[in-house]
Amino acid sequence: MVTQIMSDTDHDDAGTTAARGADGDVLRVTGLTVEYVTDGDPVRACADVTFTLRRGEILGVAGESGSGKSTLITALTRLQRPPAVTTAGSIVFQPRDGGAAVDLVTASPRALRALRWTSLSIVLQSAMDALNPVMRLGAQFADALRTHDRSLGNDAAWARAAELLATVGISGDRARSYPHELSGGMRQRASIALALACGPELVVMDEPTTAVDVVMQRQILAQVLRLRRTLGFAVVFVTHDLSLLLELADRIAIMYAGRIVELGTASELYDDPRHPYTRGLRDSFPPLRAPLRRLTGIPGTPPDLRRPPSGCPFHPRCAARFEGCDTHLPELVTKGGHAVACRLHDPTQRPQPAPGTSTGGAR
Amino acid sequence: MRTGLLKGWKVRVGLSVIGFFVLLAVLGPWLTASVPGLDPRANDLTAIGLPPSAEHWLGTTQFGQDVLAQTIEGARGSLFVGFLSAVIGTALAILVGLPAGYFGGRTDSWLNFLSNLFIVMPVLPLILIVAGYMQGTGLWVIALIIGFFGWSGGARTIRAQAMSVSNRDFVLAMRTLGEPHHRLLFHEVLPHLTGWIAAMFLSGVIGGVMAEAGLAFLGISDSGAISWGTMIQAAQQQSAVLRGMWWWFVPPGLCIALVATAATLVNFGVDELANPKLRTVRRSVVRRAQQTSVGSDA
Amino acid sequence: MTTTEAPAPVRTAPGGPPAAVRAVRRWGFLLRRLGFYAAAAAAAIVLNFLLPRLMPGDPSSAIVEELQRVSGQQVPPETLESIRAIFGDPDQNLGEQFLAYLGQLARFDLGVSVVNFPVPVSELVLQALPWTLLLVGTTTVLAFVLGTGLGVIAGWKAGSRLDSILTPLTAFLSSVPYFWVALLALWVFGFVLGWFPLSGGYDANLAEGFNLPFLASVMHYGALPAATIVFSAFGGWLLGMRNMTVTTVREDYVLLAQAKGLSRGRVILRYAARNAMLPSFTGFAMALGGVIGGALLTETVFSYPGIGYLLFESLNKRDYPMMQGVFLIVTLATLLANLLADSLYVVLDPRIREQG
Repeated sequence: MVTQIMSDTDHDDAGTTAARGADGDVLRVTGLTVEYVTDGDPVRACADVTFTLRRGEILGVAGESGSGKSTLITALTRLQRPPAVTTAGSIVFQPRDGGAAVDLVTASPRALRALRWTSLSIVLQSAMDALNPVMRLGAQFADALRTHDRSLGNDAAWARAAELLATVGISGDRARSYPHELSGGMRQRASIALALACGPELVVMDEPTTAVDVVMQRQILAQVLRLRRTLGFAVVFVTHDLSLLLELADRIAIMYAGRIVELGTASELYDDPRHPYTRGLRDSFPPLRAPLRRLTGIPGTPPDLRRPPSGCPFHPRCAARFEGCDTHLPELVTKGGHAVACRLHDPTQRPQPAPGTSTGGAR
Repeated sequence: MRTGLLKGWKVRVGLSVIGFFVLLAVLGPWLTASVPGLDPRANDLTAIGLPPSAEHWLGTTQFGQDVLAQTIEGARGSLFVGFLSAVIGTALAILVGLPAGYFGGRTDSWLNFLSNLFIVMPVLPLILIVAGYMQGTGLWVIALIIGFFGWSGGARTIRAQAMSVSNRDFVLAMRTLGEPHHRLLFHEVLPHLTGWIAAMFLSGVIGGVMAEAGLAFLGISDSGAISWGTMIQAAQQQSAVLRGMWWWFVPPGLCIALVATAATLVNFGVDELANPKLRTVRRSVVRRAQQTSVGSDA
Repeated sequence: MTTTEAPAPVRTAPGGPPAAVRAVRRWGFLLRRLGFYAAAAAAAIVLNFLLPRLMPGDPSSAIVEELQRVSGQQVPPETLESIRAIFGDPDQNLGEQFLAYLGQLARFDLGVSVVNFPVPVSELVLQALPWTLLLVGTTTVLAFVLGTGLGVIAGWKAGSRLDSILTPLTAFLSSVPYFWVALLALWVFGFVLGWFPLSGGYDANLAEGFNLPFLASVMHYGALPAATIVFSAFGGWLLGMRNMTVTTVREDYVLLAQAKGLSRGRVILRYAARNAMLPSFTGFAMALGGVIGGALLTETVFSYPGIGYLLFESLNKRDYPMMQGVFLIVTLATLLANLLADSLYVVLDPRIREQG
């Protein structure tokens, strides 16, 4: 039944996204590099990350823990704290009303504060930790609302908070509760309502459903899709759960060792994963609506970012590696909207006798 | 763990300072006895209340005693009380905190009530009263009294830690297997608390040194013994302030402050090791990284 | 659409308890604390009763002898009775003695001071108490505010130059014995510079009362002791608050507050500092003991006419009735201060109202 709900909404959304895609891009990330500064050598948690986000689109970012996806979240919203430092690249945000584009990396704190929540908001992994334990829920809505709308009175802000809670199915009188008085699912939905308080164009979500049970997870995702359809915000959705993204996201970026190794639509990634790592991820969970196939994991462990491997960072774990993978770093090359950073797909790099365990063989 | 602990400058500086004073306490009497003119108890009537000079590096007291010699001798008295009271206090803290955290339930209720009682009581006045009834006591008794009343904060820490260790799977599993309580307590739970106990002991030493000084300052001490506290008390009694004899009371107080600061530094280092969130990156390092990259195109 | 919304109310049902239940829990916590402090006060009274009886010798007879020596006359029977009630009566068993003792306390009869015979201890204590409350009360609040405020700044800017200077410096300051700082301050500002008087709590030439010159002299005499206590006490608060702020700043709710675009002041005050200061209240009891002990010693250095100086005098002159009386009052006042801190904590942390 749950699957049914998801597939319905999923279907609806495909159409809407296509329609909104025409409005253009909301975010253009180019060459974003984030390093953790230490007394020794810096640790590169995000390296040369480049992607664009279309208006109203859901972009999923998947990767194992330590792949740099959480670092990407804080860098995108410029919430990272020392020792994390953005050392290169740009994050250009294009407001809906046709205002001037802003590079979030270099924007002044004042300009950034004006953008926050009205244009760019965030949902964090654990709502329990993300809500101030000593403030009533309504007050945490009200201070965001009133910061960005000076004319809003206190009572009006609380009334708006109650309305917002109602949009995620929480009764409005809950605004007077403290976070610890709510159930885990309610807290998570409340923090989604909070993220939408000022009508943002972009909501960044950091594994917003890992802390709740599976049933609640489905409900929350359905609510996100529904709200996205009515409000039209774009989403960057970060998770370690590729299966979830395949159902939710319009496009998916796969991260490995701080780099995007593959980026394409959900169906492209599911039907035709080009990077060996993506294929490994896809084959490590059971499909929801397909005949069962043999599950295989990915051998080895993610690389230590303090001492990244030379060449392609995946080569020590890659079954399809060939000569030169340990010395040459493949670039992200786009072919027909589907981008991959793997030398198997680079005609100039590719070994002349095509290996038997070739690219899309697993179909 | 050990190498990590010694890496930080705070721990290294702290331990060196403490080591220096411990050495002074151990070797001090031998030093003052073998160097002529350094007898802490000799009254030189030709040198009364003299400021620091080449002959008396830290000057002399109103009684013509050498302040440097007294400071060296005082290290022994102060640290003796500090260590003995810390041993007693730590032992009591373990005795109360460990069973409270391990057994929980009613045992915990009573023991926790006991330690909370001692936490909310003003301990210094309590020690004063008890010591006041035993006027003219030795350093041993003073250390005993300080240790006996100074265990409550440590017991609270031990209780909390023992509780969390006792609820870990391996202890629960061994409990289910019928392992006797005393074995679990002393062979499984206690070893996990070593770090906390060490930190507690260190604070106990400092607390003891400070409390001894406070007691001595109020006139409760061994009349024959020399400690940093008795030095300050003698200075106060002889109106050293009104005579401008700063060299009399500054060195002993400075020594107490140095030992206590050293202990605080060590505890800082231990805290940072136990709680990685406290580790900070120097801002200058971050700024440099920003300047070389993004900052430049801003 | 309908399918997605349908399950929501089901999950809403098990939420928090109604307001009435919450109120009961909130008062329940306070009542439990009140019970604890009542038990602690009882324990303090029992301790006060037992201490002289556990001590070697017979304090009761010693005091009576001393009184006779000091006054040069026979001790009046009612004084004898009150001394026996407090310090032990060889003719009565412990139960009877305790009842007599409680009767004494109920009448606030703490015996007669040996040194200031025949002035009752209660009168001397009541005279000294306002001075100590003034000094310790204001300095404790000042040190807490100053230390907590600076601690937030140091913690917010952890790793900055300010933090790397302020924090080790404070570690040193908080390690210095109170009475030694007092001596130094007295020497520098009282003796060398002559800015402040060397002892006492007010100018003895002025009439006591609510007149401007007298109050001015109280301020003048109190400034140095107060500064000493604040100077020695704020470091402890600063270090605790600094470390708590460093930890709290990494919390997600602070990150989210920044993401909301709130002003920096609001993020620091309502999100970081507001949460970071909570442990300061639970640690208050332990810190308070040290502050009170230190303040008593500081009073001694400045011959400040408060409880601490009274205690010092009684110790030096073996005025046991005074010692006991001062100890009882200091203990009860400390318990009261802790109860106040606990009540404040209940107001500040909504979560504590729900647990034990």
